Amino acid sequence: MQRREWIYGWLLLLPAFALLAMFTHIPAVATFWDSFFSTPRGRREARFIGWENYERLLDDPIFWKVLTNNLWFALGTIPLSMILALAMALWVNKQFFGQGFLRMAYFTPTVLPLIAVANIWLFFYTPGFGLIDQILGLFGFAQTNLLGSPDTALGAVMAVTIWKEAGFFMIFYLAALQSIPPSLLEAAKIEGAGSWTTFRRIVFPLLMPTTLFVSINAVINSFRLVDHLFILTGGGPDNASSLLLFYIYETAFRFWDTAYGATLTVVMLVLLSLLAIGQFFLFDRKVHYQ
Amino acid sequence: MNGRLRFDTWLNGAAAWLLALLWVLPLFYAIWTAIHPAEFEARFVLTAPLTLENFRSAWGAAPFARYFLNTFILVTMILICQFVLCTLAAYAFARFQFPGRSILFSLVLLQLLVMPDILIVENYKTIRALGLVDTIPAIALPYIASGFGIFLLRQTFMTVPRELDEAARIEGASPLGILWRVYVPLAKPTYLAYGLVSVSHHWNNFLWPLIITNSVETRPVTVGLSIFSAIDSGIEWSVINAATLMTSGPLLIAFLLFQRQFVQSFMRAGIK
Amino acid sequence: MLARTLKTACAGSLFALGSLTSASAVDLQFYFPVAVGGKAAQTIEELTEEYVAANEGVTIDAVYAGSYQDTVAKVLTAARGGDAPQLSVILSVDMFTLIDEDLIMPFDDLVKTDEDREWLNAFYPAFMENSQTGGKTYGIPFQRSTPVLYWNKEAFAEAGLDPDTPPATWEEMVEFGKKLVKKDTSGNVERWGVRIPTSGFPYWLFQGLTTQNDVILANSDGNKTNFDDPKVVEALEYLISLNKEHGVMAPGIIEWGATPKAFFEGQTAMMWTTTGNLTNVRTNAPFDFGVAMLPANKRRGAPTGGGNFYLFKGSSDEELAAAFDFIKWISAPEQAAKWTIATGYVAPRPDTWETETMKAYTADFPPALVARDQLEHAVAELSTYENQRITRILNDALSAAITGQKDAATALKEAQAQADAILADYR
Repeated sequence: MQRREWIYGWLLLLPAFALLAMFTHIPAVATFWDSFFSTPRGRREARFIGWENYERLLDDPIFWKVLTNNLWFALGTIPLSMILALAMALWVNKQFFGQGFLRMAYFTPTVLPLIAVANIWLFFYTPGFGLIDQILGLFGFAQTNLLGSPDTALGAVMAVTIWKEAGFFMIFYLAALQSIPPSLLEAAKIEGAGSWTTFRRIVFPLLMPTTLFVSINAVINSFRLVDHLFILTGGGPDNASSLLLFYIYETAFRFWDTAYGATLTVVMLVLLSLLAIGQFFLFDRKVHYQ
Repeated sequence: MNGRLRFDTWLNGAAAWLLALLWVLPLFYAIWTAIHPAEFEARFVLTAPLTLENFRSAWGAAPFARYFLNTFILVTMILICQFVLCTLAAYAFARFQFPGRSILFSLVLLQLLVMPDILIVENYKTIRALGLVDTIPAIALPYIASGFGIFLLRQTFMTVPRELDEAARIEGASPLGILWRVYVPLAKPTYLAYGLVSVSHHWNNFLWPLIITNSVETRPVTVGLSIFSAIDSGIEWSVINAATLMTSGPLLIAFLLFQRQFVQSFMRAGIK
Repeated sequence: MLARTLKTACAGSLFALGSLTSASAVDLQFYFPVAVGGKAAQTIEELTEEYVAANEGVTIDAVYAGSYQDTVAKVLTAARGGDAPQLSVILSVDMFTLIDEDLIMPFDDLVKTDEDREWLNAFYPAFMENSQTGGKTYGIPFQRSTPVLYWNKEAFAEAGLDPDTPPATWEEMVEFGKKLVKKDTSGNVERWGVRIPTSGFPYWLFQGLTTQNDVILANSDGNKTNFDDPKVVEALEYLISLNKEHGVMAPGIIEWGATPKAFFEGQTAMMWTTTGNLTNVRTNAPFDFGVAMLPANKRRGAPTGGGNFYLFKGSSDEELAAAFDFIKWISAPEQAAKWTIATGYVAPRPDTWETETMKAYTADFPPALVARDQLEHAVAELSTYENQRITRILNDALSAAITGQKDAATALKEAQAQADAILADYR
């Protein structure tokens, strides 16, 4: 009888695990394996080269640049998009003039493909006749070139990411807010707590599981979202706005250097694991699951 | 006290509106350029003449109908396969005892982190070995066994009271019958919420389809749009934005109509 | 009844067998990219159908493979799976990559008659530079372009310049540019003098400057670059000086895609961009404009660009013969004229320009001739082994210098060192 339950369980898992193994577990291991070989070309087979790809990695200034960029990118986009998402959710959850419009407005980035809106943002950022410059021009400011200067390119790309992310995360916060029992909030009101105190003492702690969930998503997305780079900057100027995954794409699918692409992917995997461990450690004591 | 409160509300309202205007601006700009001739792409005068020409030329310049169909097939295929595979796996984790359960479950959770988007190099090799490059199933395959989906459905299934399960068993239902008659109906909000996340993710996905497709018959809308806009002779915002609106329009309208239900399903699904 | 059905079926299969064994039945697969708007894809399909209709026994499956990037990716994938097309249009600069992958074959083996040889020698030499290496011809020019200078005649008149005289030298471009710059009352620039886009692939237009400064960026074997030549440095310093010293061009990286729009909006009085934009500018510029060759310094000069026909290994002799015949046909004057008029690409052979169709077109729209006349000064687009990576190195160096992170000499010296490290394997 028990045996039958075992087999039943395994059989139910089989289809999902076949695909998981094929497209997640085996590739993850194969990535490590491939990073010790050279890239096969038409006339040359792949051969074992030991740590050579890793040595090259350490000497590759572009790698260090995209890595630093990616860390700044994560640091800049994650907190800001989460705070904005929470603020939006709080606003939409209240009764406001034009609440329906607010909801729709915050929602739009979720539906529009990043690759398509990147063209729109490109127009906003265009020097001279772009929207930002037209508005600044009304106040007598000079032209800007946000995407074309190394100091601002990454920031400009980050702004687009925050725009895209905050609306999506808002949905999760909104769902969480709506499931807080109104009696709790009323009790707080009766005890004379101000709205800020209520938020800090009651609402925010109750939102902790959502915050954990959203932050994991945000971390992964900060390494995953590179679509807009294709249109906005192509990683330029001089890699000032390039990110790790974009560099992996370029290496593997533009330069056709798959072995080095695998080596870069290893770094990505290690980095994500470290972040995940750190995150669980950080949140573990603060999250109260029911 | 009262004065401060009102000021607070006012300030909040102003901030909410400011942010909303900022957020909706790209959509407004897309609409503006799509319905006006190209010379008004950067000129915002109210007297600009209206036109549908941009939609017509976008439609004629690239096979958007085909791209749209491809995306539709892709999203549907992924969603159905995800529902089936994730339901079965989640059921196993939620209600069956078998050796290796916790290890297997952590292997599932691993996929929350190591998403297929990151393993593009190896996945491309796998797909090539399978001879599936440039097919719609190739775009879908890496995403079908979704760690997120399994996790979410398992959480939901675990909240189903055991008594319901037992009752059905006494009536002689098979495990799959129980899954179908008891668990799936109770998890409807979760399916809706997960479906929303899945559809919006795959509708907008770009990098993997870009790599794995290279013909009109397989290319989804996102890749089609990127090719369409990345031509040598400069960006034509009015036509590109018309194309964007045409291809995102249906999803946009669906989301706007059903947003309340979506949020509620999120609430009930326990994604919070 | 059954017997009759069987009989028909037999006859049918016999017939099919017969046509299979007949020597003239050839199926070709042909990949092509589209990099300009308008009717490019449609025109290629129409031409292909026309050829198939006229040549019994040959069918050609013309596959629109997307961008140049997509097309080369698709070809590489298909070839690795043993299913390469017989012919494809791919960037001329990808020649060395395709040779390195051992995918393409030279045309020389197919050129047998004197007529063929004559045909092969009739392409503009500037286009053939990117199509030949080691004494062999690997590519046949098809959708080729070159950058030219467009100027706003109204702006010229407003600035007190002769609206019909574009700048002919580097000095003149600066001089004119200074007059053309327009500022508002608070000193902000409303119109720049000139715009040389530097986003995405800055090396291409930069190659205009280096050629004018009489220096070549890479050898014809594709295994040695020349990035740190003092003349290259000088060209880059000139490009930088347009903003830093003379203030005639906008600062920072200038977006390629937004350049035509900036020109239409009067944000710049002159722009450098591809001839592929002729139709676009003609339709959308709300003012009178002119098209000229790029200005000269030590000499006139410009790179070429765009795609060539390649033949792929692994095809049978019949297939190769048919593919070769198709390429000869589509590059013949009438077909090439049709293609040029539909897309704005430069017809790659002098005899095309002699056709009545082309004459009528250029009489109606003389700027189309500028690109042709410039060809005599044009050189091969930068192309080496590991081409994407080498051009990327140069692009990064150019961006770093333009945005002032490195000085021109250092940036180019570093780029040369990196390129040397990669190309050493190919010498």
